Amino acid sequence: MTAIDITLTVNGETMTTRAEPRMLASDFLREKLGLTGTHVGCEHGVCGACTIKLNGVTARSCLLFAGQLDGAEVTTVEGLGSPRRMHRIQEAFRKHHALQCGFCTPGFLMTVSEILETEELRTDDDIRDALSGNLCRCTGYEHIVRAVRELVNERDGVTA
Amino acid sequence: MTDAPPADQSQTVRPKYIGKKVERFEDPRLLTGRGLYSADIKADRMVHVAFVRSDQAHARIVSVDTDDAAAAPGVIGVFTAADFPELPELSAPSAMKDYHATVCPVIARDVVRYVGEAVAVIVAQDRYLAEDAAALVMVDLDPLGATADPVAALEPDAVALHDNVPGNKVLERVFETGDAPGEIAKAQHKVSARFRMRRKAPLAMETRSYVAQYDSGRDQLVLHTSSNTPGVVRDELARLLNIPGNRFQVVSPDVGGSFGGKGSVYPEEAIVAMLARDLERPVKYVSDRLEDLTSTSQAFDEIVEATLAFDKDGTFIALDAEVIGDIGAYSIVPWTAALEPVQVVSFLPGPYRTPHYRGRVRGVCTPKPPTGPYRGVGRPAAVFAMERLVDMAAATLGLEADEIRRRNLVGPEEFPFRIGSGIRWDRSGFLECLEDAASSVDVADFRKRQAEARKRGKWLGLGFGTYAELTGIGSRIAVAPGMPINTGNETASVRVDATGAVTATFATASHGQSLETTLAQIVAEELGVRPSDVTVKQGDTALTPHGTGTYASRSAVIGGGAAIVSTRSLLKRVKEAAGALFDVDPDTVETGDGEIFVPETNHRITFPELAQAVYSDMKALPMEARKPLEAQENFDPYLGTTTAATHVAEVEIDSETLAIRVTRFIVAEDCGRMINPLVVDGQVHGGVVQGIGAALLEELHYDDTGQLLSATLADYLIATAAEVPALDVHHLETELPENPGGFRGMGEGGTIGAPAAIANAISDAVAHLGIEVQELPMTPNKLFRLIAEKQGKD
Repeated sequence: MTAIDITLTVNGETMTTRAEPRMLASDFLREKLGLTGTHVGCEHGVCGACTIKLNGVTARSCLLFAGQLDGAEVTTVEGLGSPRRMHRIQEAFRKHHALQCGFCTPGFLMTVSEILETEELRTDDDIRDALSGNLCRCTGYEHIVRAVRELVNERDGVTA
Repeated sequence: MTDAPPADQSQTVRPKYIGKKVERFEDPRLLTGRGLYSADIKADRMVHVAFVRSDQAHARIVSVDTDDAAAAPGVIGVFTAADFPELPELSAPSAMKDYHATVCPVIARDVVRYVGEAVAVIVAQDRYLAEDAAALVMVDLDPLGATADPVAALEPDAVALHDNVPGNKVLERVFETGDAPGEIAKAQHKVSARFRMRRKAPLAMETRSYVAQYDSGRDQLVLHTSSNTPGVVRDELARLLNIPGNRFQVVSPDVGGSFGGKGSVYPEEAIVAMLARDLERPVKYVSDRLEDLTSTSQAFDEIVEATLAFDKDGTFIALDAEVIGDIGAYSIVPWTAALEPVQVVSFLPGPYRTPHYRGRVRGVCTPKPPTGPYRGVGRPAAVFAMERLVDMAAATLGLEADEIRRRNLVGPEEFPFRIGSGIRWDRSGFLECLEDAASSVDVADFRKRQAEARKRGKWLGLGFGTYAELTGIGSRIAVAPGMPINTGNETASVRVDATGAVTATFATASHGQSLETTLAQIVAEELGVRPSDVTVKQGDTALTPHGTGTYASRSAVIGGGAAIVSTRSLLKRVKEAAGALFDVDPDTVETGDGEIFVPETNHRITFPELAQAVYSDMKALPMEARKPLEAQENFDPYLGTTTAATHVAEVEIDSETLAIRVTRFIVAEDCGRMINPLVVDGQVHGGVVQGIGAALLEELHYDDTGQLLSATLADYLIATAAEVPALDVHHLETELPENPGGFRGMGEGGTIGAPAAIANAISDAVAHLGIEVQELPMTPNKLFRLIAEKQGKD
């Protein structure tokens, strides 16, 4: 199979990399770009571990081909923050112990970064619904919901 | 002004870290995509593996034609059993009577015994090319017939899966105290049922992943594995592949959950290690989700037929049980097939006084993937069956669920208490947890709500699940009977290096348990430094001579115990060196917050300054006082600790759709002294939600021919955030167990209590229909059938 050039902007950096068109976007990010923070949990679009932002909207990178990233702007978990300068969402997850093994966490972080912008999230049930596209096997979700609640309250200027 | 006695100097100056909500040291890397899971590993010249797996459950291999695959683009090699003259065979020995170890070649040689068993392995330049080639392998299988149902598999006409397992019965064991059958025969009150807990998947979010790298120049083999038992993998593969341990390193880097599924020795681990050595290239294998659901060890598939006899006051007299455990095709290595089903009969009597007990278990081979360890091992099924019987007994006498438990739980003054299976309970908050849980739910108010809701077409139910478990088990008790592996000890080594930094090394292998933080908290508190000053190293067989890993709620108790005794030895050395430096009695030296000092004097230095004096400065101390600041001690609790809890679930069932929702969940548990309350809560939450899955959603559905019908995450459902209520966890500390830290293991309890509590809640909700739960998971479909059957009979 013939490789094609894929030009994209990832976490603010524009680059061109060759890949076979059939390669999954998740594998492209991990194998070709070395961005292994995006995890692959099912390869059929259910678990949400591979969630990235594609042109500002969350997407399952395991359901995209690398070729679909051509010309796109992509944000992965590596683009949110670094260990020394964590994003506010990452800090809230740490404070509330909203991760254990950490495998599903990058997908959750990308989803949370979106729903904080798009969803009202008035009740904890709203938060649970908004998170229901991401599977976590460790936390039982309770601490994730608490972390998101804190972020929503901050966003809304509510003192809980 | 105060009359309080002067505070102990060491208490006032030394901050306490055990019991604090310390934020995890694992988190900065895991939150930012900087973790390193096995699948993230890359190496020059690395090759990739794909497996060709059996699509039949039980068949003779007639031929495997690999010619087309071998000629496919990018293929480096195609291997079948025939290509390995010394093909390793996995087999789990045991000294247990009436047990037959099965033999599993790491690639099927003559016969396949489950759908998903590896038949051939492709090595190619990348995984895509390897999978392309795998599709070209022609496997000719001659069906041998399959008896997938475990009861049928015990019948004389069943198809035998192994020549050396007569009648498919891989093991049999009986526990007996008193005369249960005799007492039951003459008892006035008794309840009986046949309970079924369906086969499920551990389903870690990270699938099994392995990378083997071989340095031929040094003859050194390194296997990075998603295992939570790297020490077990090292010992077993070193033996099978005939490599000494000093030239074979097994590393568990960041691991994305296990729940038992990554805690056994797998054929694929042996294969990538062999191939890396043979090909002299790094070899990587990452299983996909289909492979995970069809080749990772599976969880509890049991039938429990049990009878409980009791008197008119609800006091239990006798319990009798027949258990059949469907162990799948092979006895899991190294734990053996006894691990899961035998513990069902071990734990069935539960936290109650039941003078007469008889429990018999038979393990049956069927053509399915092996069952193995899964969070809670044996206890989820045992507690489900027993707690249902308890509620059935209560209903017979018109007692509330909490009252019958109150009358039968082992009381605080009765410990140590030996139950009919021989398990010894030590003091733990059996009654205290029950009382806490019961007082958190207003039963009278609930009954009112229940009656009102029924008018609206909503069936509400309240259910209790009370249990006790053994955790942190020492060397006296093998985690599975007769298994020749010591899982009961941990060795820690703690050192202060020349820079004054503290490193603590363990043979544990965290896969989400937060041990880099909790063990650091323990070492920091004992040594008198800050937790952030301590780096915990684990999950690497090169670091320790022996050790098994993290599983069975052992690491806080045994690893934590080793941390305490080792750090105390190190502290003695620190005080000796500082005493020599200060020219004072070492016993007057104190440590705290990273400093070493003598109270009420000017003697005060930091750990780096002490390290400088001991290691680098050749004038500050005489030679004999310059002993390395390092200590290594072993800890073995010999017996285990008893952890207890009561779970309460409230459910709501829609009478039209029969959708079942858990609307409230309370856990009251006694895990002794908590190291980090955030971590304890997180473990309880996660366990409970897996228990909700086991109760309502998760089922590996096999058809009569041994084909898996729920082989994707769209068919095999686990709970999402939307199916789970807010979880309310109450920690009780009754009397601390007699181990160095006062810790009890608690990583599995959630999964143990929740299925029983939910089964009882559903039974309560549908009691007015004359039906009850005897099988889990209970789904709307199954509930519909139960109602229809009942209506058909009436």
